[in-house]
Amino acid sequence: MTRLFPHPILSVVIAIVWILLVNEITAGQIVIGIFLGWAIPKLTSPYWPDRPRIRRPGAVIAYMGIVLWDIVVSNIQVAYWVLFRRGNSLRSRFVTVPLDLTTAEAITALAGTITMTPGTVSADLSADGRSLLVHCLETDDPDATVAQIKDRYERRLKEIFE
Amino acid sequence: MIIAEAAVAAIILIGAFFLLVGSLGLAKLPDLMRRLHAPTKATTLGIGSMLIASMLYFAIIEGKPSIHELLITLFLFLTAPVTAQMVAKAYILRTRQLHEVLPGTGRPVGWATLDAAQADACSETVQHTTID
Repeated sequence: MTRLFPHPILSVVIAIVWILLVNEITAGQIVIGIFLGWAIPKLTSPYWPDRPRIRRPGAVIAYMGIVLWDIVVSNIQVAYWVLFRRGNSLRSRFVTVPLDLTTAEAITALAGTITMTPGTVSADLSADGRSLLVHCLETDDPDATVAQIKDRYERRLKEIFE
Repeated sequence: MIIAEAAVAAIILIGAFFLLVGSLGLAKLPDLMRRLHAPTKATTLGIGSMLIASMLYFAIIEGKPSIHELLITLFLFLTAPVTAQMVAKAYILRTRQLHEVLPGTGRPVGWATLDAAQADACSETVQHTTID
C-alpha cells in the first residue's frame, strides 16, 4: 500500500483538484483524477521520501478557520497603515522566532501562515532550520509579537503535525 | 435578484478597494521589506472578495454553480508566501548593510541565505587558489 501510494493524502488532494479543475463530475474524469493521484506522488516520491503525519484532522479545520479570520483582520490593519500612516513612521524591524517545530511540513505551514497574517512576513530560516527570521511592519514590542506567533500558530501546528 | 446583484457588486467593490490599497502600499512604502507587506496581504483579501463575488454570481444569477474559484484561492495561498520569501531572501543576500543589523539566530549557525552565500564564496576562493 505504501509502495503504491507513497503519499495517500496527496493522492486524494490531487484527484479532488483534478475534478475541480475540469469542473465536471463524470466517470471518465474520476478515472483520470485517480490515475493522476497515483502517478504524480509515485513519480515525485524520490524527492519527498518522508510522509507528513497529520495527527489531528479536526484541528486542521479549526486552524484554517483561525488563519482565514486573521487574514481578514490583517488586511484591514495593513490597509489602514498604508492609507493613514507615513511610510517612515512605521516602526518596522526584523525579529527572530525560535522554533519548537521540527518537521519540514510544519515549518513550511508556519512560515506561510506568518506571511499571510497581521503585519508580519517570514523572510529566512536559520541554516539548521531551528529559528525563523520574521519582518514586522509595525511593532513596539517585538517579544509580544514573537509570543503571539508561538502561542497562536506554532502551538496549534505542533498539535497537528507532531 | 436585485439584492443578489447588489451584494455581488458590493463585494466586487470591497475587493477592488483592497487591491487598490495593496498597489498603493507597494508604491508608497519606503523600503523593500515594508513594501513586501502590502502585496502579500492586501491583495489576498482583494482577490478573495472577487472570487467570492464570482461564485455568488454564477451560483445565484446564472444558476450554474462554479467551484474553480476555490482552486484559485488555494493556489494563491500556496504561492504568495513562497514568492514573498524568495524576494526577501534575495533582498537579504544583496543588501550588505543589512547583514550587520539582522538579529541573531539564537543558534550556533547563521541565517540560511547568508550562510550558503558564505559557503559558496569560500568554495570559490578555494577553487581560485587551486587554479592559481
